[in-house]
Amino acid sequence: MSAVRPVADPLAFKDNARIVVADPVLRRSFRGAMDFLTDKRAAQFPDVAGFNRLRALGESIRQYALANLPQLLGQLEERLAERGVHVHWAENAEDANRLFLEIAQRHDAKLMVKGKSMVSEEIELNHRMAEHGIDCVETDMGEYILQLDHDRPSHIIMPAIHKTKEDVARIFAEHIPGAGYTEDVNELIAIGRRALRDKFATAKIGVSGVNFLVAETGSIVLVENEGNGRLSTTVPDVHIAITGIEKVIAKLEHVAPLFTLLTRSATGQAVTTYLNVISGPRREGEKDGPREQHLILLDNGRTQAYREERFRATLQCIRCGACMNHCPVYARVGGLSYGTTYPGPIGAIISPHLMNLESTRDLPTASSLCGACGEVCPVGIPIPDLLMRLREAARHDEPVAQQRKALKGQGGARRMLEVAAWKGWRLVYANSRIYRLVTWLATRCRRLLPGRQAGWTGTRVALRPAPRSLRERLAQRRPTPIPMDDTSKPAA
Amino acid sequence: MSAQASQRARSAIFARLRDADAPVPHAVPDVQGYYDGLPATPGDDATRFAERARGWQAEVIETTPEGWPAALAALVSERRLRRVLAGRDTAIADTLAAVLPSMDLHWYDESLETFKPTLFNEVDAGITTTLGGIAETGSLILWPDVREPRTLSLVPPLHIAILRASTLQPTLHAAMHAQGWAAAMPTNVLLVTGPSKTADIQRLLVYGAHGPKQLVILLVRDEAMP
Ligand code: SF4
Repeated sequence: MSAVRPVADPLAFKDNARIVVADPVLRRSFRGAMDFLTDKRAAQFPDVAGFNRLRALGESIRQYALANLPQLLGQLEERLAERGVHVHWAENAEDANRLFLEIAQRHDAKLMVKGKSMVSEEIELNHRMAEHGIDCVETDMGEYILQLDHDRPSHIIMPAIHKTKEDVARIFAEHIPGAGYTEDVNELIAIGRRALRDKFATAKIGVSGVNFLVAETGSIVLVENEGNGRLSTTVPDVHIAITGIEKVIAKLEHVAPLFTLLTRSATGQAVTTYLNVISGPRREGEKDGPREQHLILLDNGRTQAYREERFRATLQCIRCGACMNHCPVYARVGGLSYGTTYPGPIGAIISPHLMNLESTRDLPTASSLCGACGEVCPVGIPIPDLLMRLREAARHDEPVAQQRKALKGQGGARRMLEVAAWKGWRLVYANSRIYRLVTWLATRCRRLLPGRQAGWTGTRVALRPAPRSLRERLAQRRPTPIPMDDTSKPAA
Repeated sequence: MSAQASQRARSAIFARLRDADAPVPHAVPDVQGYYDGLPATPGDDATRFAERARGWQAEVIETTPEGWPAALAALVSERRLRRVLAGRDTAIADTLAAVLPSMDLHWYDESLETFKPTLFNEVDAGITTTLGGIAETGSLILWPDVREPRTLSLVPPLHIAILRASTLQPTLHAAMHAQGWAAAMPTNVLLVTGPSKTADIQRLLVYGAHGPKQLVILLVRDEAMP
């Protein structure tokens, strides 16, 4: 990977994208990984009708959950409390980090082991804990590699896809004492395993994300392949799970189809190695499992997406990553370009709520609207529609038609020049005299247009009006009949 | 103080949820209907289970209700497993004690805090029972309890599971209902499919990430033959 790295700021999206597009190694990594994942997924859903039936069920489960969100959250909280799990609520990242810190300080913990959790990335847990001298170690192999290299995840399922095995060999040799340099992947994984075993055995606190929360039984469901999620939630004395408030589902049986949809869509596997269903801390007589268990439920902008029906479907997401795997823009600019925790199409529709529409204003435009994301989404989120709604909201200061309240950062992409341009356009097109005057001037003065036109000519040829307007050409032509060999006639 | 802040956040979040557009009422999802509508799968569950589990790099040893203890003993001696760990008082405990050399067989008697050094460094294999298996995916259902702690199937490099074919279920959904999961959730239920793995480095699949590097399933063919 080149020396210049994309920066973690969505406002830098376009510059970031340029860096990645110019880097052939990075582009090959993404292209290869995306082709691999899309092929594997396709093999899991051989017939379209079968996929559509399963997807309709998944969609209905998630919509049912969102339609009953307040009640389900209440029920979940009650069940968890009965099981002895401490439930905490956090409005934003600061709240959530404070909760982590308080628990850590109460246990005098200096080391946390962490299973993969995108929400913990969202609140930047590692950095906040480090400020208080608490070491929060990533244990997912991909995340561990990134943490050692001070890098960020570029994909929500395969966080280190932008690293080659040579990169990993170098990172391990540099940062793990006694590791030595090897490009053998089995060896590299063995090194990671050894290095992290000790951490699992000594950490007082284990942190995890959540794939599903079951209101009916008060259960935390985790899906994984490596076993680090199981270790993080079983071996340390204290387990803290963190997730967004939208992750709750009503019934335990809802896990079955969602699990299938998730694994097949994410990595093209019929199942993962582990489905881990946790319902409370260690009980009387049990010999292991955490003695204390916490669940932190984070809002951080999710209630804004929930507020209006037209944005609510965003929260149906089960974070499978299929939309990014199939996105032609993501495959080229890579996950780091977005500068947000969640990249790709899902990132473009959720980040404006988690952050604000002003700082994320370019993300909804990072789409050709080809519709692939919406087609593969296992829970039927109409991603292209949501992108369009966000684009609209980004260009209007006031709530648009069918929108009740302004979003945070509404109108964030509104530019006076653009507004003036559209006003001018309306003026010209609403009045035939002005229209004719303007087209006459434009065609006569066409040579005066500059060869370099900001923003446009970087990748395209310059815009130049035709020598005569269509109206003029038709007027000239009218007396003579159209010759039979005219190339403009429609093909037979 | 943190409890207060959490309560404040809770009230604010619920207030915002209540302030939202009224949800479009939604019918209860028909999960059963979906599974009932799936085409029937040919073949018996045990064969399908074994095939799928092998696909995930689990070793499946098919055996009989009479033959499994000997098969297990053979496995332990062939692989020269010096320290094999199991839970006391389980349905298989007496058989284990009878067929495995007492030098090699150890019981998970201590709590994890004091047992950690041994568990992490000295145990070669953990043997567990299973509540059943899932034919569709080749997954084991583990139901850890006071006798069989969760780490028994997690920390040792080799996990040996005893699975009775009569306890197989066609799908996860069927298992949840047939075994009444929701009514009696233990602290931890697990589905285990193959040994732990990762493809985090350049998408290259490697077995033995953080969990067991190998999984051996003794599939006891005790089902009533049709
Ligand atoms: S939006 Fe759909 S496809 Fe994208 S991550 Fe979420 S569930 Fe998967």
